[in-house]
Amino acid sequence: MRRIPVVGAALVTLAFLALPIVAVFARLSFAHLSSSVVTDALVVSLKTNAVAQAFVLLLGTPTAYVLASRRFPGRSLVVTLVELPIVLPPAVAGIGLLAAFGRMGLLHTSLPFTQTAVVVAVAFVAGPLYVRQAIAAFEGVDETLVAASRTLGAGPLKTFFRVVLPLARGGLGAGEALAFARGLGEFGATIMFAGSLQGVTQTLPLAVYAEFDVDFHTALALGGLLVAVSAVLLVTLKWLASSSTSAFRFALSSSS
Amino acid sequence: MARLLLDFCVPLRAFELELTLPVERTVALVGPSGAGKTSVLRVVAGLLEPGRGGVSLDGTSWNGVPPERRRVGFVFQDYALFPHLSVRANVAYAGPVGDLLERFRITHLADARPRELSGGERQRVALARALARGPDVLLLDEPLAALDAHTKSEVRHELHQLLRGLALPTLLVTHDYEDAAALADEVGVLVDGKLRQVAAPAELVARPSDAFVASFTGANLLRGRAHRGELTEVTLEDGERVFSTDDGEGEVGVVVYPWEISIARAHADDSALNVIRGEVGTVVEVGNRVRVRVGPVTAEVTASSAERLGLASGGVAYATFKATGTRLVPL
Repeated sequence: MRRIPVVGAALVTLAFLALPIVAVFARLSFAHLSSSVVTDALVVSLKTNAVAQAFVLLLGTPTAYVLASRRFPGRSLVVTLVELPIVLPPAVAGIGLLAAFGRMGLLHTSLPFTQTAVVVAVAFVAGPLYVRQAIAAFEGVDETLVAASRTLGAGPLKTFFRVVLPLARGGLGAGEALAFARGLGEFGATIMFAGSLQGVTQTLPLAVYAEFDVDFHTALALGGLLVAVSAVLLVTLKWLASSSTSAFRFALSSSS
Repeated sequence: MARLLLDFCVPLRAFELELTLPVERTVALVGPSGAGKTSVLRVVAGLLEPGRGGVSLDGTSWNGVPPERRRVGFVFQDYALFPHLSVRANVAYAGPVGDLLERFRITHLADARPRELSGGERQRVALARALARGPDVLLLDEPLAALDAHTKSEVRHELHQLLRGLALPTLLVTHDYEDAAALADEVGVLVDGKLRQVAAPAELVARPSDAFVASFTGANLLRGRAHRGELTEVTLEDGERVFSTDDGEGEVGVVVYPWEISIARAHADDSALNVIRGEVGTVVEVGNRVRVRVGPVTAEVTASSAERLGLASGGVAYATFKATGTRLVPL
């Protein structure tokens, strides 16, 4: 009998979490998906996020590897610095980016309110999530395997690509999925640093905010789209985490 | 045969590792855990930078040479096989596979992952991989520690044959003196980063440099051929016969600790089945005990009995020990 309150609490929690998502789809009309606001926002979101994530992967991966494999004075300070944007309120991130790259900022650039600014804002907010996860993934690779690779005639570069990267792959994939989800939902820093100009800087979340008091149904359609994309991401993330090794095995056996 | 020379000094956490050691055939480093044994191998492989000195092969210094350019075959303690690669890919990682899979009887495992293998199989893969490199030097870190007692003796036998056939300068590390004596031509005792003594196994038992070496490296190892019976009968190389309660067949080593052996001037008829007659050789004091060489074995007796028996003057004596006090290891 003691189980009843526990089950009740679980049911209330689940209903509470599911209701807004169900509501978005219950009132969704597909006709609004073809509105130019929606298609423009989808294009801006996908384009800016793709570019931002490419930079995050290209620069974040070596950064994470250096931080995971080297011990130097001040290392924990550097790691904390990398992690800081994760806990920073988005508005602070926005004002910080303006103070750094704005016309009156430290670097005097004309970056703000361009599509590039969206990329910068997304990379600044989402990148650290990937880097932090990647550090953990690299730290999880057995040092003995790295040493073994070296004694077997492989230099640091070959060791990285043939041993470290394949073994850290699951963690890196999970980190990238998290960063992508965070980047796709980016709102505060983007609206302050890049504005909300349709077809240029207006991403999906910004469009939801811009439309909800103009045309509630368009806002709903945008919301539905975001839920769908996020759900696909979440499923991909779980699949990556559970099957990274076996997926790798297939890739290998078909190539050999 | 090539000659590897270790002559370096490395500051470790608790002490300084400092040693000079030429390696021409198989040298085993033994010592308690935390004595710096693995660090020695890491310095030779180039994974650990010595503070002073270094390693050279046939007079060519390896200082500043990165691990991937030292031709060293390193078999790690837990074998360090790449978990994401098949057995074949693990071996091929280091160089051409050639007939290595056949030689190490792992052809049928070529497509298996390391986690699907038994301890003995993993060790064979690790050895094949280390040799695929075409190494000039072989390093083995606790090659038998990851195996259960049952597979261990068989694997030790195979490893011994392999090392003899390869004829490479080999440095192996073990905490088990018996393994060291069975596998190596020379044994070095490493304590707190310093080599206490380096000598052939029999020499180490006969003339330990101090009490620690004496207690750590205890065992006599007598080589012979075993025949099964009610007790196993072993014919030693010099024709003497020894009985053991252990099971064995073919080429074996009879392990007996010096403190299991007693010395008499006359042939006594007691329950000790094994009697070896021999000339009294070296007599070495170790603390309050004395180590006496009689024929092929070394016994440990108290200082007062050594004096009573007049061992210092040499002559003939009888070493006796029970069949239950022996152990057989395959060689």
